[in-house]
Amino acid sequence: MITDAPKLITARFDQPDAHTIEGYERTGGYRALRQALAHLSPAQVANEVKDASLLGRGGAGFPAGVKWGFCPPGVWPRYLVVNGDESEPGTYKDRLLLERDPHQLIEGVLLASYAVGCAQAFIYIRGEMALAQERMAQALNDAYARGYIGKNILGSSFSIDVVMAWGAGAYIVGEETALIESLEGNRGMPRLKPPFFPAVKGLYMQPTIVNNVETLSNVPWIVTNGAAKFTELGAEASKGTRIFAVSGHVKNPGVYEVEYGVTTFRDIIMAPVYGGGIRNGNDLKCFIPGGASAPWFYEEHLDLPLEKATVDKAGSMLGSGAIVVMDHTTDAVRACLSIVRFFAHESCGKCTPCREGTTWLERILRRIVDGYGRASDLDLLMDVADNISPGIAWPPKQTTICPLGPSAVSPLSSALGRFRGEFEDYIEQAERARQERPVELIGGGHGASRALLHDDHDGHDHGGHGHD
Amino acid sequence: MGRFDTGNEEIAREIIGRYPRAKSALIPLLHLAQEQDGYVTEEAMAHIGELVGVSSAEVLGTCTFYEMFKLHPVGRYVINVCTNISCMLTGGEELLHHAEEHLGITAGATTPDGLFTVEEVECMAACTESPCLQVNYRYRYQVTDEKFDQLVADLRSGRLAEEVPPHGTLARVRQHITDDQRAFIVSPEDASAAGEPAWMHAHEPPQEADSGAGA
Repeated sequence: MITDAPKLITARFDQPDAHTIEGYERTGGYRALRQALAHLSPAQVANEVKDASLLGRGGAGFPAGVKWGFCPPGVWPRYLVVNGDESEPGTYKDRLLLERDPHQLIEGVLLASYAVGCAQAFIYIRGEMALAQERMAQALNDAYARGYIGKNILGSSFSIDVVMAWGAGAYIVGEETALIESLEGNRGMPRLKPPFFPAVKGLYMQPTIVNNVETLSNVPWIVTNGAAKFTELGAEASKGTRIFAVSGHVKNPGVYEVEYGVTTFRDIIMAPVYGGGIRNGNDLKCFIPGGASAPWFYEEHLDLPLEKATVDKAGSMLGSGAIVVMDHTTDAVRACLSIVRFFAHESCGKCTPCREGTTWLERILRRIVDGYGRASDLDLLMDVADNISPGIAWPPKQTTICPLGPSAVSPLSSALGRFRGEFEDYIEQAERARQERPVELIGGGHGASRALLHDDHDGHDHGGHGHD
Repeated sequence: MGRFDTGNEEIAREIIGRYPRAKSALIPLLHLAQEQDGYVTEEAMAHIGELVGVSSAEVLGTCTFYEMFKLHPVGRYVINVCTNISCMLTGGEELLHHAEEHLGITAGATTPDGLFTVEEVECMAACTESPCLQVNYRYRYQVTDEKFDQLVADLRSGRLAEEVPPHGTLARVRQHITDDQRAFIVSPEDASAAGEPAWMHAHEPPQEADSGAGA
């Protein structure tokens, strides 16, 4: 269902000066902060967010207000870390919020810090996002100058420093404990949980709340308008609105804020006001409902609402709100290789099943695409996948510290489950080529082992398929 | 070149001062080194180690984890072409091949005149504008072969000098917290940080009268 729900967090996107402090103040900016500091206790702010059932918008979808309550009582200082390391393929929303409405995020950060009692907040922005960093630095400087950040904010007892940090290119740093490692100046490798749940032992082993950019951008609206108004929007377990990026083979790729839990995939992919349908009048082949980590959906899933529990139950996830649409011309094997290759490249190397497993998945898929596949390869792929994520089930089990490894299994089990014939076609062609050129059987053997070993640096990959 | 010049050393000290622990400044300082020299030199890493109080091996350890840090000179303009799923579906791989052919180099290499480096990169969060690329981390959307050629011509002629600074420069605005604005930088070791923040009981309702505030 397409509703006329108000835009809560992208309302200023059409306003050219929304990123300036003047533009933000003129449209009600920092009103929630004033209201909170003048009238509300930290516990009241926290309760408001808890009552709003604001689910985290970063991927896991954990309720933010509940997370805030996990800090052990009496342990100080506490820190707030904003996860602005958006890099899941298909995901495109936090960068817009950072570039176009940085003060909205800063106000959310201040309200959260006030509620939780944080001594300092860090806004960690992905390294590649130069404009977002520029806008955020300016916004922080202006907010300090006007007394919204710093000592005794707006004459209250609330004091805090908000510092911008920025990364340098590593998808895994979007995982919250890896983000904390990065913020401590280390290689961005995830920590084993437990015992290090950030709310208990995070930055500098102190209680730390890690929230996503979109999550915190909702907080000023909730404090201004109240939890009751927020929960009027959305479905039973998914309240408010949510931003979805629709990309791939649609007529109008775009970033849309829609009512959470009510709008369906069909609406957002097909409706003229959103995705506008499949390009060139083509047929839908499949779509990724929530970022590259998510198992794929098909025609029969189109009428599911964009609602966390429903999508979870159907065997995938809304993740980071990234919908990638593929039409019938798409080569499922190559699409699968593209996603698996991403995870192999971004594996941090800490856990063996992920480091070795994703790399082997990529190499086997690549030799299939390159025409050197073997009949046994499909079982081999599933065997490797099973070692990363036992049972290849959903939600995934893992033999690794973080979910990156199992994420590489999702596209594989999807593509192989639904489009096994396409894999078999590649392999049959390879078999035929071997039989038709018996002399090359030996050469083919060499070729196969070379394809198996070849990587981006061996100088053999400049053909048509070399860069996928 | 290599170690921070006087101006940058001052900036480095200011950045370090924003964090409870100095090592947290490592990544921003590596960026600063790359901004100064176009890549991260060994001398810069040694200097950063001195400023932050860790060995240069530790600096190298952090540096090599992150894709953006270059340990060797690269082109004045680094062109990053995305080939992840959304871009792949709409011509990202073909765009990369065109870029390689047009510049006469393979991905990862630099043109002999030192102007351009081309890289194949992972998703850069512009998926609805695919295929996309970044030049020195400035976006170009829905890039066609023609648009690519025009971009190269414009960079070559200097027409984009204002918009696209040399490789290494990210944000051109720096955060600056003056001493009178600063709240406090709280390190876990500070005795003053051991207690509850001053505001934690602000506006606590004396009775239940005020409990619905904000709703």
